[in-house]
Amino acid sequence: MIRDFSTGDLVLLLLAARWTIALSVIAFVGGSAVGLLVALARTSSARIPRYLATFYIELFQDTPLLMQLFVVFFGANVLGFQISAWTAVSIGLTLYGSAFLGEIWRGCIQAVPAGQWEAAKALGLRTWQASLLVVLPQALRLAVPPTIGFLVQLIKNTSLASIVGFTELTRTGQLVNNATYEPLMVFLVVSLIYFALCWPLSLASRRLERRLARTAA
Amino acid sequence: MLNYTFQFGAVLRDWPLLLDGLLLTVKLSIVSMVFGMAIATACAFASAYGGKGLQRGVLVYVEFIRNTPFLVQVLFVYLGLPSLGIRLPAEYAAILAMTINVGAYGAEIIRAGIESIPRGQVEAGKVLGLRPLQIFRLIILKQALIAIYPALTSQFILLMLGSSIVSAIAVEELTATANSIQSRNFRTFEVYFIVTLIYMALSLAFRVAFHLIHERWIRVR
Repeated sequence: MIRDFSTGDLVLLLLAARWTIALSVIAFVGGSAVGLLVALARTSSARIPRYLATFYIELFQDTPLLMQLFVVFFGANVLGFQISAWTAVSIGLTLYGSAFLGEIWRGCIQAVPAGQWEAAKALGLRTWQASLLVVLPQALRLAVPPTIGFLVQLIKNTSLASIVGFTELTRTGQLVNNATYEPLMVFLVVSLIYFALCWPLSLASRRLERRLARTAA
Repeated sequence: MLNYTFQFGAVLRDWPLLLDGLLLTVKLSIVSMVFGMAIATACAFASAYGGKGLQRGVLVYVEFIRNTPFLVQVLFVYLGLPSLGIRLPAEYAAILAMTINVGAYGAEIIRAGIESIPRGQVEAGKVLGLRPLQIFRLIILKQALIAIYPALTSQFILLMLGSSIVSAIAVEELTATANSIQSRNFRTFEVYFIVTLIYMALSLAFRVAFHLIHERWIRVR
């Protein structure tokens, strides 16, 4: 049965966006927590954590996200865990996010002038005090624009969950298209919903970046 | 513990299929990159020298593509165009979607490159009696391309990795090859693991090649 694209379908798509948002939030929060550890390891003065973090980042930056999701999904099966598509995608996107955020934050930590670190040490602060109270707050300020920029990538990339079998916005779009056969209309609406989520973040990221460039000058 | 026997041999036996998939992945990426850069350069030229309407058009294209998922763009092209009476083979639909996508990212990179050229150089070009197109070609574009070479090569790697998404519309590239191999031999994990490594090797090979090209021809001595 082919039916027309109706307001009911529009509501269906808008509701499906909840899953896209939920997935983005999980991946962003999880990715941030792991990503902070990756960034600290990557900028550590100890060699082994630094090499491991470098390898971890390369691994995720040089392979397709879709493959990463497949490997997590079927890898869990091999290890004897039966996990749902939802869990697999959450883990996959979290790992992916942590590698990219780790690399972004590495750049921000290293952008804080070395003199700040030396001054903190000269004032008698301990290593953890110098990094937590002096370096990280300054790095955080630099990190906001690129982090928001990456959040946009993350939101867009949750669409790959549809290929693994999780019904979020893109998958719902495909289902609605199968029922209505109005692909132009359906995927235009789907695109517009993604655009409404991503564009304000893109704008904010660019605006903050410009403000940061002005204060630095 | 691990109740599973890995059988990578079952996957490696299918190497001719994997090689075909790999070659198609490379072909799709290179063809789309070339077309995409043509679009990107035209867009950058239009937003630097075009009228208000043209500038706004470029802005809408770039922002819309950059703020929507590539997968949705692929589905839009592959499923949407036939309803307008344009029937494309899956492979062409993939190239079209990839070109449109990389064109928008490229336009943004080239625009940043052009903006990095100091105004004084354009004025110097004028004083030397160069025509506008000569200034664009000899002074702006050449230096801009040197400046943005690293960004463009990263974009190519992203395009190549992103091309795994066109497996969703049954283009028999590397990821789709993995899908069909695992549906026959059921060594699902092994297939995706090996194909992930192949993608990684491919990225590294391209990075090395881009570095050599940079050292040989691009770096200003």
